Amino acid sequence: MQSLNFNLIKEILMKYPQKKEYLINALHELQNAHPHKYIDDAIMDECCKHFKLTKSQIFGVITYYTMFNTKPQGQNIIYVCNSPICSNMGSDNLYDILKQKLKINDNNISEDGKFSLQKVECLGRCGKAPSIMINREIYTGMTPEKIEEIISKY
Amino acid sequence: MKSFPLISLARSGKVNPKSIEDYLNTGGFEAIKKLSSMSPESVLDEIEKSGLRGRGGAGFPTGLKQRFTSSSCLSCEKRYVVCNADEGEPGTFKDRMIMETDPFLLIEGMIIAAFAIRATNAYIYIRGEYYPSIENLENAIKQCYDKGFLGKNILNIGLNLEMGLFKGAGSYLCGEELTLLESLEGKRGYPRIKPPFPAEKGLWGYPTLVNNVETFSHLPFIISNGSEDYIKIGTAESKGTKLFCVSGNVNKTGVFELPLGVTLRELIFDVCGGMKDGYKFKAALLGGAAGTFADQSMLDIALAYETLKKEGLTLGSGAVIIVDDKTDLKKMMKSILHFFKHESCGKCVPCRIGTRLLLNEISKQNSAEIDMNFLLNESEYMAKTSLCPLGQSPVLPIKSYIRFFKNFQ
Ligand SMILES: Cc1cc2nc3c(=O)[nH]c(=O)nc-3n(C[C@H](O)[C@H](O)[C@H](O)COP(=O)(O)O)c2cc1C
Ligand code: FES
Repeated sequence: MQSLNFNLIKEILMKYPQKKEYLINALHELQNAHPHKYIDDAIMDECCKHFKLTKSQIFGVITYYTMFNTKPQGQNIIYVCNSPICSNMGSDNLYDILKQKLKINDNNISEDGKFSLQKVECLGRCGKAPSIMINREIYTGMTPEKIEEIISKY
Repeated sequence: MKSFPLISLARSGKVNPKSIEDYLNTGGFEAIKKLSSMSPESVLDEIEKSGLRGRGGAGFPTGLKQRFTSSSCLSCEKRYVVCNADEGEPGTFKDRMIMETDPFLLIEGMIIAAFAIRATNAYIYIRGEYYPSIENLENAIKQCYDKGFLGKNILNIGLNLEMGLFKGAGSYLCGEELTLLESLEGKRGYPRIKPPFPAEKGLWGYPTLVNNVETFSHLPFIISNGSEDYIKIGTAESKGTKLFCVSGNVNKTGVFELPLGVTLRELIFDVCGGMKDGYKFKAALLGGAAGTFADQSMLDIALAYETLKKEGLTLGSGAVIIVDDKTDLKKMMKSILHFFKHESCGKCVPCRIGTRLLLNEISKQNSAEIDMNFLLNESEYMAKTSLCPLGQSPVLPIKSYIRFFKNFQ
């Protein structure tokens, strides 16, 4: 499994003042740079040094916020909105279909390693529910057919 | 409907949100220029006279909050302005609209607030998932520094202001103002006990003004045009326009800026083109998951703070979720209760256990077995004993549902 290049971690951290309030901003950038989109031990160790925090403090932050992953993810992450409006418009169905179609395993990674699947709360696109997000891209008014077409592009 | 000026969305779709020139060419920063002839005190007066109330959900008078913040701990050498851009209430997508289409307006509003309360630093706490908004704001902040609208001695009005952008990471609770401050300090988003309020002890213990994006977006209009123009819009106790986020089974969904006091009927049938596919109106969920259900009998109620309150309803963030008669309301309530269970931070017992019990009850296969009294009692108990407003919220949809629809039959 690939990890985030040590120098790159340092390079990213250098951009942030050594103050605790920059931790979350830095974690976002570090996770996004990681080939498996998660916060691994090496990242946590460097954050400890940079922000002068203990590992348990950093682990506490990572495990609190749902956007941070503690385990490796697929190359692309599909977020399915699970909030009342989307779920009323059929998003639970979409989640189940995707899970089956992509053969998502117990580690939440698809058979081909290309996707992970996460349920999230309201993506702020409720006017055109149901909504999903793939990495940073939003797709609204989803149907099973449309979703298949979209994921085939990744 | 009487004609009214757009305030939050005046430029929306008409200017390039990445260009400070576009903003300047359309009257942008006029209010800041006006500040040179005003004192912080007179700005506070003007905002108080406008009657503006917070657009983030609680509807607290903005001028009063500013006055509290400006007059607390006079010996403190720091004072902060924080923008709550964590928009996470299901059904709410208005702040995103402002940040995606007119980010400079938010910054101008924050500069005015900072001037009024004599703040030294301003922070925007934004939802981590709002990528286009983040990009716009990063760019807008940079351009404002380049042109001297942020930084040292802004436009010679005697204000130094540093602004920073901080991202959330997927927690609904971090939209609650005190939890937001915890998160902004780089910690787990656990709620703080109130009081002290942010105005007394906020970020790092200093007086802090927390307002919603939409609230800030009204300040430039109030300062440029004066409160007399502002109070012409709206009702007796609810001044100005409001962004309504309409979703669900209507023909035209989206964010609409309308004067406070518009009725649900006008909103659905005049603005949103009526119900979709010939189905009938059954319910509206006002204010999102932490909101209240209204039925047919409430269609002619004015959507304003005082009128809704009299009916036991809420305006909340401005989410209006329209539900038609083919919708399974039990499923919707289940999804609402699932949301609260998922977002409960687990710090206090009544909320951690209570949200789970509520979800278990509503998840019973046979609707006849769902004990409505249990839902009501448990949620009321949570409202009385939970540490923060999240645990105090499930009672809102539950109680209003029972009032209008009795049970899930
Ligand atoms: C659980 C919870 C979530 C909240 N989420 C938000 C939010 O996303 N955005 C917001 O502006 N206010 C939110 N609020 C309301 C804030 O606590 C606070 O009232 C608001 O930021 C004050 O700004 P205003 O006076 O301009 O409305 C939330 C409150 C609670 C209890
Ligand atoms: S409920 Fe799904 S985007 Fe808002």
